[in-house]
Amino acid sequence: MTGIRLAVPERAQKGDVIELKALIQHPMESGFRRGSRGEVIPRNIITRFECFYNQELVFASDFNPAIAANPILTFYTRATETGELEFRWTDQNGESWSDRKSITVT
Amino acid sequence: MRIAALCGLAVMLGACTPSAGTDGAPSELSPSDLQSGYAFLTPETQQLQDDPFENPGYLWVDRGARLFQVSEAAASPSCAACHAEGLNGAASRYPAIEPGSKRLINLEGRINQCRTEHQELEPLAYESEDLLALTAYVANQSHGAPYGAPPSADLQPYIEAGRSYFETRRGLMNLSCRQCHTETWGKALRGDTISQGHGNGFPAYRFEWQSLGSLHRRFRDCDMGVRAEPLPYGDDTYVALELYLATRGAGLEIETPGVRR
Amino acid sequence: MSETFGLDRRQFIAGSGGAILIASTPLLALADQEDVDRARSELFGDRPVQEGRVTVKLPPIAENGHSVPMTVSVESPMTSEDYVRRVAVFSPRNPLPNIAQFQFTPRSGKAEVATRIRMSGTQPIQAVAEMSDGSLWSGSMETVVTLAACVVL
Repeated sequence: MTGIRLAVPERAQKGDVIELKALIQHPMESGFRRGSRGEVIPRNIITRFECFYNQELVFASDFNPAIAANPILTFYTRATETGELEFRWTDQNGESWSDRKSITVT
Repeated sequence: MRIAALCGLAVMLGACTPSAGTDGAPSELSPSDLQSGYAFLTPETQQLQDDPFENPGYLWVDRGARLFQVSEAAASPSCAACHAEGLNGAASRYPAIEPGSKRLINLEGRINQCRTEHQELEPLAYESEDLLALTAYVANQSHGAPYGAPPSADLQPYIEAGRSYFETRRGLMNLSCRQCHTETWGKALRGDTISQGHGNGFPAYRFEWQSLGSLHRRFRDCDMGVRAEPLPYGDDTYVALELYLATRGAGLEIETPGVRR
Repeated sequence: MSETFGLDRRQFIAGSGGAILIASTPLLALADQEDVDRARSELFGDRPVQEGRVTVKLPPIAENGHSVPMTVSVESPMTSEDYVRRVAVFSPRNPLPNIAQFQFTPRSGKAEVATRIRMSGTQPIQAVAEMSDGSLWSGSMETVVTLAACVVL
């Protein structure tokens, strides 16, 4: 049960640049920390984020261990047509999580 | 490095000079001085707590909201089955004395009691993601409600037990909670400003933890910070300390999920 | 304070300063500007980088290096003829010089992104933007990362 929070305006006017926010629960374990017995805590990070607007990529991001735990992104897209925005995160092992929000463009 | 840094802490607070007393310093917080830990954050961190989308604590509140609706077994009603109208204001009444066992329990204890007595479920482990989530969700329903159980004669012995823990010097640094959080709040200690040590934002998202955590986790960190043996999660003395803090901070509002350093 | 612990304010501050010096000793090998330059040429080759058009925004003081809010924006019309292709963000003082890479498209509408980053100490964070014409632009900002009082392992 990975927590995902998305902020997408429900409606927008055609041509408007709209703000999108995406937050996911993930430790982003850097691989540089040690546990209480001195053992290295293995790296476990999300490496890729993508946002698709009706299946077309509008924004993406590659993460390194310097992205804070529970990563949040605020970015933008131009409202072009009514449809669906898909947000997808993929970790270093290829596991991925995604969620969608619909938008009405008038 | 850390031991050296903490020795700095001890030197600054005078713990390395056994003759230094605390006479003359205020032993109680004056009600007009009450300030939530929020007041000691940078504007950017305050903004993060205030933003109901970006505050990462809401990841746990969301999870708690989902768990609240779930029936985990056929014979087990969901939390919502009994508390359909929600639990607005409930967090203000905890810690409280549980009528059956006559024990002092906090919100975490109350949630686990519901599980064992009304839902035929195993209690959740303290500090587990699910117990943090449910606690954060329930406490968040009292966001803005008064922090602190109303005083009552029954609670007095527990308040005194909590106060005694708060005021007792302990650990290699020989420091009490009171020396930092009542007598020295507002002063700079390395990069931090010492807060008044209130629990009104908990469970809170701490940058240091990179996660949400309970007030007992915070107590354990403070105890380890002064190099004292921390008590186990859910320990009766920590619950009493939680109650003492709630009376000491009466007048503040519940901020769960708070964001702290 | 002076009555309480027999220390005056000046001694209190001096004590704090000592603690900060001791505590800022790095725990592991950290990147430096050479690492940033190398990481940059791995991503963009040895094309010239001009200063400007890129703004990095950080708070004046970050109270904890685990989570520092950062906004990067690039001046661009963001049309299909003229847009920002990608922005890479670098650290000269973290264990790794690469922080993140952001990929924009003409449909991004605006070349701006905000996230929260880890910073192991006070340092200038540097961003390099690659435009659709292949030109490279850069900007940077420094922030002070303070150290927590009670560090618990």
